[in-house]
Amino acid sequence: MEIIELGAVEIAKAVKSGELSALEVVSAHLSEINEHDGDVGAFLLVMADRAIERAKEIDKRRSGGEELGALAGVPVALKDNIVLQGVETTCASKILSGWEPPYTATVIEKLISQGAIPIGKTNLDEFAMGSSTENSAYFPTRNPVKLDRVPGGSSGGSAASVASRFAPIAIGSDTGGSIRQPASLCGVVGVKPTYGLVSRYGLIAFASSLDQIGPFAKSVDDASLVLSVIAGHDGMDSTSSRTATYEHAPNESDISSLRIGVIQEMMSDVSNDVLGVFNQSLDALRSCGAKVETVSIPAVRYGLSSYYLIAPAEASSNLARFDGVRYGLRVTGADMNETYGLSREAGFGPEVKRRIMLGTYALSAGYYDALYGKAQKVRTLIVSEFARAYSDFDVLVSPTSPTVAFGFGDKSDPLSMYMSDVCTIPSNLAGHPAMSVPFGGGADGLPVGVQILAPALSERVMFQVARALEGASTYMAKPQWAH
Amino acid sequence: MSADKISSNETRHIAHLARLALSEAEIEDFTGQLAAILEHAKDIESLNLDDVAPTRHALPIKNVMRSDEVRKSVNREEVLRMAPETQANMFLVPKIIGED
Repeated sequence: MEIIELGAVEIAKAVKSGELSALEVVSAHLSEINEHDGDVGAFLLVMADRAIERAKEIDKRRSGGEELGALAGVPVALKDNIVLQGVETTCASKILSGWEPPYTATVIEKLISQGAIPIGKTNLDEFAMGSSTENSAYFPTRNPVKLDRVPGGSSGGSAASVASRFAPIAIGSDTGGSIRQPASLCGVVGVKPTYGLVSRYGLIAFASSLDQIGPFAKSVDDASLVLSVIAGHDGMDSTSSRTATYEHAPNESDISSLRIGVIQEMMSDVSNDVLGVFNQSLDALRSCGAKVETVSIPAVRYGLSSYYLIAPAEASSNLARFDGVRYGLRVTGADMNETYGLSREAGFGPEVKRRIMLGTYALSAGYYDALYGKAQKVRTLIVSEFARAYSDFDVLVSPTSPTVAFGFGDKSDPLSMYMSDVCTIPSNLAGHPAMSVPFGGGADGLPVGVQILAPALSERVMFQVARALEGASTYMAKPQWAH
Repeated sequence: MSADKISSNETRHIAHLARLALSEAEIEDFTGQLAAILEHAKDIESLNLDDVAPTRHALPIKNVMRSDEVRKSVNREEVLRMAPETQANMFLVPKIIGED
């Protein structure tokens, strides 16, 4: 098998045994990037020299008989809103152009400590705000499966890098679906863990009560392995859970005793081709012995409205730090206030401004209770309705995205773009884990992902169901150039 | 709540609060777009949630403390290197009080 087709588990095993050198692994992926990333645009920055350096180091350690770690020699692509000391990080925004962070995110430290090799920083919707990666201030990323389609977003570059075979695994962030939706559109596995399971130290904040870091991979087991590496308490993140852990349990796929609920309200805005694939996935779950039944969670209908008040409100506060004082772009005006206004006007793109405006409005005097306060109450409603559903079911399922990958410019109206997240948002509002697993081909053969939702810290059963789905599917998304 | 009645003056005021020196064209665009988004958000208005407590955060965590001890922090030179303007190991900004 070609090196670029190998998964993380296989690569780590081969590097540890000496069957492959880390340098061979990195070189194979770098040459794939050289050949095809001009068409895809998954990376804002390729860290070729650093990656080669690091690979040689790992090979040297191996010949010295040292322990290499669970991800020995595995290249990893990193969403460019997660910091690595001394490597330009922009959040795909002009306001951070040229910024080199003075510290490294905990997730990256953990990946490196287990032998993973950062290979590049991936493109995203500016500050992770969007569902297509068209909001990058630099360039849009194309869907490798069909280059005239978007890869989804906001972690579009990370999803595309894995789907393109530029890296076997990638890291993204998910505030309202930003890992799961692009995973679905690109035909890869994407996981949003339980809120607090993975440290966010070094993730540039968008909406702090919703943001969570998670993995992309070509297989369920690879995603599970990566999650086990990055999970765990971190004193540098005050929202990191002290008790939460995740242990990789490979090959667990028996779901014969499980009760699986199909969320009725998440079927209504879904296109027919996606519904067709989703229904096949339900048949597959039944064939594996699971009890599959429909469940109604009426409050998820209000998830979108609640999210588009809460997330912008938190963003308007988080993004106040970009003021041209300590880092990033400064446009000097007559006084400090004018300097703030001009710097932010020049540095932020339209979607970021729109969300800051919306959030500022939702938090402003006279609207706070009616908008932000009410949205937080809806959040409680969603949490309690999920709790009720989980008294009858072990996990819940839905389509990840209402449609397959759409075309560039197709959703120029902000509201229609926001609708892309209708099935993914409720898990963020509840703080629950959810993941997308590719299952079949919809319109034009484009990938369709199935979303698995689980109660807080129930990643293990979520992955069990994911493995069962993966085992029942023969679908494999291929880059356009591989046909 | 009068979300549907958002005026361009209101948009201008919000832009000032958010410290965004928006152009007139942006003010016009955002006035329409904010109205449309807020119109959609109106579906939660009809819900009676008087007895429901707000969820601010998914975890039952508050006031996380750490012991008060000296720890390694980020390097000052590296932080200042990334600032638009510095002087004497400090961030330099336009004058904020008084006249020359």
